[in-house]
Amino acid sequence: MEKLLEIKNLKVQYNTDEAVVYALNDFSLDLNKGEILGVVGETGAGKTTMALSIMKLLPEHVAEVTGGNITYNGQDVFKMSKKELRALRGAEISMIFQDPMTSLNPVMTVGDQINEVLKIHHPDMSKQTRAEKVAEILTLVGIPPERGAQFPHQFSGGMKQRVVIAMALVAEPNLLLADEPTTALDVTIQAQILMLMKELQKKFGTSMILITHDLGIVAEFCENVAVVYGGEVIERGSVEQVFARTKNHPYTDSLFKCIPDLTTDATRLTPIPGFVLDSRTAPVGCPFAERCQKATERCVQVKPSIHYVEDGHYIKCHLYENEVGK
Amino acid sequence: MLKYTIKRVLMLIPTIIGITLFIYLIMSLVPGDPAELLSPPEATAAEVQALRVEMGLDKPILVQYLNYMWDILHGDFGVSWFTQQPVADEILHRMPYTLTLGVYSTIIASLISIPLGTLTAVKHNTWIDYVLTFLCLVFAAMPNFWLGIILQINLSLNTGWLPAYGMGTPAHYVLPVIAVCASSVANNIRSTRTWVLDVIRSDYVRTARAKGASEFVVIMKHALRNALLPIITGFGSSFAGVLGGSVVIETVFAIPGISTYLTSAVKTRDMPIIMGSILVISVFVGVVNLLVDLMYSVIDPRVKYE
Repeated sequence: MEKLLEIKNLKVQYNTDEAVVYALNDFSLDLNKGEILGVVGETGAGKTTMALSIMKLLPEHVAEVTGGNITYNGQDVFKMSKKELRALRGAEISMIFQDPMTSLNPVMTVGDQINEVLKIHHPDMSKQTRAEKVAEILTLVGIPPERGAQFPHQFSGGMKQRVVIAMALVAEPNLLLADEPTTALDVTIQAQILMLMKELQKKFGTSMILITHDLGIVAEFCENVAVVYGGEVIERGSVEQVFARTKNHPYTDSLFKCIPDLTTDATRLTPIPGFVLDSRTAPVGCPFAERCQKATERCVQVKPSIHYVEDGHYIKCHLYENEVGK
Repeated sequence: MLKYTIKRVLMLIPTIIGITLFIYLIMSLVPGDPAELLSPPEATAAEVQALRVEMGLDKPILVQYLNYMWDILHGDFGVSWFTQQPVADEILHRMPYTLTLGVYSTIIASLISIPLGTLTAVKHNTWIDYVLTFLCLVFAAMPNFWLGIILQINLSLNTGWLPAYGMGTPAHYVLPVIAVCASSVANNIRSTRTWVLDVIRSDYVRTARAKGASEFVVIMKHALRNALLPIITGFGSSFAGVLGGSVVIETVFAIPGISTYLTSAVKTRDMPIIMGSILVISVFVGVVNLLVDLMYSVIDPRVKYE
C-alpha cells in the first residue's frame, strides 16, 4: 500500500513563561492512502498537537518543533515554502475542528466561508460554478442550499459542524483530519455527524485521521487505531487486532476496563490510577510507567521500543520484547 | 432599524433634560450674584434689584430653569448677559470650526491607528511592536498643548511652512489636527492591538489559515472585521472628546470654536452661553453615539436592533 503521510520521531514542545511542555516525544505514525485511522488518547496526550503539526498550524512563537519530520506524499511539510503550505492546506489536507461554535467566522455567511476555500484553491473557477459547488456540498451535508446566505449564529451546533464538514470537503482533499468532531455536540447529534462523515469519506475516497477519546467511535468508524499516551504512539494495529484484547499495551488495556460492559455482572469500572502525565518534565523511560501496574524499574529508566506482536500490530512496551511479529 | 433609530432619537430628550438641569443647578450654586456683577459699581441697591427682576433671577431656580427650557423650545437661545449678542448666532458661527476639527482628527486618527494597531498585533513581541508601543506611550503621555506649541515653533515660526494660528484655509487645520490626533492615535493603536490580538488567537482565524488563506486575507478579512466593533466605539468617544474638550487646543491655535466660547462663559457665569453650548454639544455627542451603535449592526450580523 502506498504511504500518504509519514510522521517520523516528531518532537514538539510548547515554551510558555512558566514551563516547557513536552507535547510530542518521538511521535511516529504512518498513514496509507484511503486508510481511516482512529487516534485515541486522553486529553493532553498530544492528539491535537499532532493534527496541527501536519498542517504546520501550530501556534507561532509558542510551539517549537525540536526534531523529526512529517512527509506528505513524499514532500517534507516542514521544508515547504509559505506558498506550498497554503496550497496544501484546504486543498490537499483539511481539518474539522473540535468546537463548531467557535470555528466559524461570525461575521461571514456560511456560504461565503465555504466559497472562500474554492476561491483560494481554484481562482480560475467561474463565480457560477463556485456557487453551484457550494450548493452541492451543502445539500450533501444535509443543509438546504438557500441557508448558505445565513450567518453562523443562525445555525445550531450540529448544523454548524455540518457547515465545517462542508468547508473541509468542498475542495475534495486527499486527507481529512477530524479533531474530535463530535465531542462538543449532543449525543443524539454525534451519531448523525459520524454517519455523514463516513458516507462522504466513502464518496470522495478521502483518507482520514479521526482523533477521539471515545473507543466506541473508533470501533464503529475506523479500520485501524493508534493509541497515544504522553505524546507518543504506544500501540498501533487494526481495529480487530486491538479490540480482540489478546495482546495490548497495559494502557490500552486499562482504557478498555474503563468502558462499562453490560454483558457481565461487574458493577464497578476500573479507573486508571494516578493522573494524566504531567508533560512539563522531559520524558525518560515509558511515559505510562508511573501508572502501570506491571511496571518494573526498567520501565522507569529505559524507553521501550516498538515490538510487533502480530502482522501490522505493534506495542511500545517492554512486556512484549520477545514477540516475533512483523 | 428605523423604529430603533426613532426610539434612540426620542431617548435623547430625557438625556438632554437631565444634563441641562444638572448644569443649571450647579451654576446656581456657585456663590456670587450675576445681577451685582452686571450692574455698574455706582448702582444703588434698588437698581440692582430692578436688574435682578428684569433678568428673572428673583424667581426660584426651578422656575428659572423651566423658563429657559420654554424659550429653547421656541428656538430662543437668549442673549449673552455681558455682550448682549444672540447666543444662537454665535454657536452657529463657532460650531463648524469645532466640528471640522473633530471630524478631521477622528478620520485621520482612524486611518493611522487601525493599520498600525493591526500591524503591532500581527508582529506582536517583535521589534516593530516594541518601537511602536514605545512611541505610543510617549505620545499618549505628551500634553497636547505642549505638542501644539512645539509644532507651532518648528513647523510655523522657524520654517514658515504652515500658519501658526487662526482659521480660514485648510492649511490652518493641519497643526491643530496633529495636536489633537497625537494622543488619540497613540491610545487607539494600543486598543486596536489588544482587540486584534484577541481575535487572531480565535478558532475561526485558525480555520481561515487551515483553508489555505494567505496571511493578508486572514488578517484583513477574518480578523480585522471581528475586531472592529470595540475599535469603533473607541473612535466614537474620541470624537465626543474633541467636541467638548478641545479648549486647550482651541486656545493655543486661536480657533474660534465652541470650547473656548464655553470656557470663557464659565469664567463670567454667562448662563445663556453656558446652557446653549452644553445643549448643542450634548445633542452632537448623542447623535455620534447613535451613529456608532447603528454601525454595529452593519459590521456584525449578530447585532440586530428591534
